[in-house]
Amino acid sequence: MSMKPLCVKLSVQPSRGLVDEKFTVLVQNLLPGFQLTVHALHQCEDGHSWEAFAHYTADATGTVNVSQDPSLDGTYSGVEPMGLLWSLRPVPGSKSGLRMRKKNVQTPMVVTISVYQGHQMEGFLDRVLLASVVVERWYMAPGVRRVPITDGKLTATLFLPSGPGPFPGLLDLWGNGGKLVEYRAALLASHGIASMALDYLTPQITKETGKIVDNDYFETAYRVLEQHPQILGSRIAMLGLSFGTSVTLRMAVYSQVVKLSCAVCISGSHVQPIGGSVEEILSYFKKNADKTRFDENKQVICRDLLLPIPTDPSLKVDMGRLQCPLMLVVGEDDQNWPTYECAMDMKEMMERAGNSHLLTVLSYKNAGHLIEPPFMPFARASTFKTVTNPPTKVMVLWGGELVAHSRAQEEAWRKTLVFLRENLYGSMKHGA
Amino acid sequence: MSHTGPPVVSVHPSRAMVDEAFKVQVENLPPGSPVTLHSLHQSEDKDYWEAFGHYVSDHRGTVSVADDLSCGGTYTGKEAMGLLWSMRPVPGSREGLRLRKLNVCIPQLVNISVYSGHVGGGFREQDPLASALTERWYMAPGVRRIDIKEKGVRGTLFIPHGPGPFPGLLDMWGGGGGLLEYRAALLASHGYASMALEYFNPAEVNTAELELNYFETAFNIVRDHPQVMSDRVGLFGLSLGSIVSISLAALSSVVKPCCCVCISGNHTHARGGTIGGVFNEFFKNLHKVRMDENKYEIWRGMGLPIPDDISQKVDVGKISCPILLVNGDDDQNWPTVECAEDMAQMMRAAGNEHLLTRLEYPDAGHLIEPPYSPHFRATKFIKDGQKVILLWGGTTKPHSDAQEDSWKKILAFLQQNMYSSSGPRAKL
Repeated sequence: MSMKPLCVKLSVQPSRGLVDEKFTVLVQNLLPGFQLTVHALHQCEDGHSWEAFAHYTADATGTVNVSQDPSLDGTYSGVEPMGLLWSLRPVPGSKSGLRMRKKNVQTPMVVTISVYQGHQMEGFLDRVLLASVVVERWYMAPGVRRVPITDGKLTATLFLPSGPGPFPGLLDLWGNGGKLVEYRAALLASHGIASMALDYLTPQITKETGKIVDNDYFETAYRVLEQHPQILGSRIAMLGLSFGTSVTLRMAVYSQVVKLSCAVCISGSHVQPIGGSVEEILSYFKKNADKTRFDENKQVICRDLLLPIPTDPSLKVDMGRLQCPLMLVVGEDDQNWPTYECAMDMKEMMERAGNSHLLTVLSYKNAGHLIEPPFMPFARASTFKTVTNPPTKVMVLWGGELVAHSRAQEEAWRKTLVFLRENLYGSMKHGA
Repeated sequence: MSHTGPPVVSVHPSRAMVDEAFKVQVENLPPGSPVTLHSLHQSEDKDYWEAFGHYVSDHRGTVSVADDLSCGGTYTGKEAMGLLWSMRPVPGSREGLRLRKLNVCIPQLVNISVYSGHVGGGFREQDPLASALTERWYMAPGVRRIDIKEKGVRGTLFIPHGPGPFPGLLDMWGGGGGLLEYRAALLASHGYASMALEYFNPAEVNTAELELNYFETAFNIVRDHPQVMSDRVGLFGLSLGSIVSISLAALSSVVKPCCCVCISGNHTHARGGTIGGVFNEFFKNLHKVRMDENKYEIWRGMGLPIPDDISQKVDVGKISCPILLVNGDDDQNWPTVECAEDMAQMMRAAGNEHLLTRLEYPDAGHLIEPPYSPHFRATKFIKDGQKVILLWGGTTKPHSDAQEDSWKKILAFLQQNMYSSSGPRAKL
């Protein structure tokens, strides 16, 4: 039975939200038992289109509430309030190996949520569109200020929360892909933490001199935070993902300058030649390059490069010397780094040394390497451009399974925010 | 180094529509500490508006405006939205200000701050402990704004996002004139293709010639738009805009509104006159204008007594669509409640009273605006080319309650009459 388009009422609340906020998708004025498809469409900055969809049946009151009702089929199934976002995938015919990452954080991610008649699996453009709304997802809360930083030859962006401050600070490090990736720091600032995204593999100084930066580059970044008039110098944290963890652990344990209130290390390892330069860490990984494997799709599996975990203490950060709270977040299906094994080794080192009360490990079954802020699309593999000279493009297998990985991202982010708030804000228990 | 970090103010959602509620919280305060929550907004005219409430943090060091009681300030009691609706111009501002958004494509920015102690003023001279900026929007994402200048009609049309077609509305403000888009933008954000109509300029002589056919043309522009359901176009008015709506609904042979929402309107003007003439008619009764102790003009006397002579009133017995009247019983600008009572009697006699729904609010004034807008008790107005201050009436808290309640009921009325598959129904 066809539905008069006039009647169907679709609403998404909030229509403008932060990327880590949940929304409620409500479809009303349907006939009871009516079959419909809820569809999400997003065109990212690179011009690629991403979509997600789910099949629902209206209840006796003629309503579908995505937060409460089960999807029968689609890019996700079951009751999934945010499935329309985390199950987004490139539309049929797209290039392979795509990964969605927002570059310009000052504009929102725009998603069109639509309702179609019937249970569609594809070909949405020629079906009966009943209603459609536009939703904005923001990385920056109102009042957050974006400040490019070039002091001390850094290539960085500082995000200051709304208000007079002063605020706790945070140094935010991504991994081997290099470049200046701002979105996580912008989001952390939206939660009250003055966060600096730091490009440390491809900064201006490296482009000019050809040399990879060393420890003093990170100490300079820390000092910029510490001395900033709107930042509390005694409350600074570091957050690193992948190779960013290697730097974070090195700074946390060995630096005389960097004094952290706490650290968060996502999908990383403590395995590195201690006492060497950052460049030497990169070379150490490359030494085992022959351990690279390929799966049946010719995707690159790098996890064996750091295995077995060395017993030689000069090849691991001495975790027993860590003096600040540390949260480790790892995916047990990480195909890029052996992060679960490293987390277990770090735990063991700290138990032996007697400082394991500082450690929290969040370990997620069937989650992969790229544990990012929640509700973003999942990439089990994607094309990756190395920062080697010359750079090569490979298809890297990150690992993880869609639903488990998305759940892991949601929980890990929530717990990361609580951890940061407790350590940076003192005895705060709840957050916005 | 202090044991806990700085306090944090949060507003959730940080970006919202102007008619959406928010939750303001302060955390990480010392337990049991007196604080002041303060809101600040700088209008497009560069005036500052503020509100504030006095609170004491609980044992966890938290203040939650939605749950806790304000014990002083511009509002008291449990008022989740008090920081918005109790706003008023800061001390030292010009007299008679009214807050109306002109550019609806960008949000209204409100800064919410927390100050130490129970502060009664001088907020600009001291530093808050923390603050958060929040955005309040009249336009939902995806709503389209279209300038209309055709067939002599001037207005702005707002179309909701989506395939349509949508029910339509002609949106008309009052005797202050000009082109105010904000309510039409908000209505479009609720799914109604709405046109804000510019039709009146009190300084212009040719306004007096304004006849029903200007509005009929405007109505048809909405009706004929490809994304509008031609049999579901309604009228929405306030003050003079309501007078136009009532007249069109009763008299026009050209337009058949699906339903009408009339805020602070009346039916008492001579039959056969032009719309512009209606306004000028008022000036025949200028001797009935009173002044209050501040020299603000009270016009409601001009509308009394309600004439018995039906030639002095619009024939509301001819209205054939559901009509919702929204009025405040402290309306000092016009005796709108008395008019509504008279309209009900006329419609009862004519047999169409089942189409009428009346909402009347105690201690509310004339300017019943979308919810959480500040209360405008008296504001500047151009009368006969001169600047005067008109008393609109109302007391802030009951007036704000009226704005909140009436908007909910207006949206439900529109939903029932314009979106329901069973077609228009009269009563809410």
